[in-house]
Amino acid sequence: MDLIGATLAWIAGFVGSGELWQRLGEHLTYTFGSVLIALVIAVPIGYLIGHTGKGRELAVGITGAARALPSFGLMLLLVSLVGVVQRPIAAYAAFVILAVPSILAGAYSGIQAIDKTTVDAARAIGMTEWQILWKVEAPLGLRLLVGGIRSATLQVVATVTLAAYINLGGLGYPLLQAIPLRRDEQAFGAAIIVIVLALLLDAAFGLIGVLLDRLIPTGAAPRRPRRPRAVPTRRARMVEAPTAS
Amino acid sequence: MNWLLNNYESIPFYLFTHLRLSILPIAIGFVLALPLGWLAWRFQVTRGLLLTLVGLLYTIPSLALFALLPPLLGLPYLSEANVEIALTIYAVALMARSAADAFGSVDPGVRQSAVAMGYGTWRRIWEVELPLAGPVLLAGLRVVAVSTVALVTVGVLVGVQSLGFYFTDGSQRQIPFEVFTGVVLTMLLALAIDGLLVLLGRALMPWARPSKRRPMNRWIRALGTGKVAEAVR
Repeated sequence: MDLIGATLAWIAGFVGSGELWQRLGEHLTYTFGSVLIALVIAVPIGYLIGHTGKGRELAVGITGAARALPSFGLMLLLVSLVGVVQRPIAAYAAFVILAVPSILAGAYSGIQAIDKTTVDAARAIGMTEWQILWKVEAPLGLRLLVGGIRSATLQVVATVTLAAYINLGGLGYPLLQAIPLRRDEQAFGAAIIVIVLALLLDAAFGLIGVLLDRLIPTGAAPRRPRRPRAVPTRRARMVEAPTAS
Repeated sequence: MNWLLNNYESIPFYLFTHLRLSILPIAIGFVLALPLGWLAWRFQVTRGLLLTLVGLLYTIPSLALFALLPPLLGLPYLSEANVEIALTIYAVALMARSAADAFGSVDPGVRQSAVAMGYGTWRRIWEVELPLAGPVLLAGLRVVAVSTVALVTVGVLVGVQSLGFYFTDGSQRQIPFEVFTGVVLTMLLALAIDGLLVLLGRALMPWARPSKRRPMNRWIRALGTGKVAEAVR
């Protein structure tokens, strides 16, 4: 096929000219920068909700509402509100807003999923509430928290692709440039690069998950013997189900 | 606000276009995901394979999929079919996992009773498993519906009009209120479809109402715990 050859040639040029690394750098800076900010905001709140059991309905509501929020519209809304100069800050704010719900859900559901007798045992041997949080709940809840961070990262990676529309670069830039110019090979090649990046990040989180499974005991309640396949709880499903991107 | 007064007449057009673009992927995605979910639930081999595949599909950023499909399928970039197929892929990816969970939520005892009563495979699936999997299927479908409505807006970047038009138009003309209107209308549309699905679920599955409303349940539980007197009160 003609397109495949042309696409490979375009990708070779894109890598060769060094533009790939510049765009990848922009893309990853936005992605990890906003996920880190979201972690700082969402993890303490999620742990507070998970530890005290208060405000759970609020967290569920926020996560549900966030799914209906069109990420592209949110980004453009914040950018048009603050004006052209502050564009990167507005974009960061949008990415953080998109990343917070998944991480929040991961943080609190990780703690909620822990068998209550484990926490009570920790309390019974004289641990303070802080010790319970850091030595029992945080490690045992880490697996679900990482799941939440994974959803958040993938959603932000997808949304950063759209940031090229407001001239913020990233790997979406060659893609959006190609569509009106009808450069099929460029659109195709850029799409492949974006997809490979998303799949690599997904795989990296999958690897972290496997490592955590080896290192950390589950601490979750034993499965009921009656049902051969445990059905995820509503909360666990909520973390697993990614939001629109 | 000025913008709204001058442009409210365009709202029904974009709203209905958006609705039209959303419904097909939701419906087709649901129908395609049912057999896939059942296969994923039933056999270990297909389970790993299918769930990994749908997981990977959902990882693909929407804009990349919109750009990837036309050359692969020989469609023009501006065609609605491109966006519809991409959104159907996402819907199937999300829904297949829910469907696998839903079939897993059916009590194995009920399933075995159906087999013991002489139900064939197809009749068992159709008359026993599907209705009992209904509530979890509905939960999955609601997630699919809401995220599909949100994703339709990205189509405007490949020239497929929807409420997403207000995002790009408002951004280019520097009218924040126009973008805001687009965001609010998109969320309201998602909310309305979600509400309709809940009502549809109540109509089709009257048995799945919250147990609080069913006094019989309280009685049965009370019999089990020996607190009948309290339940009667």
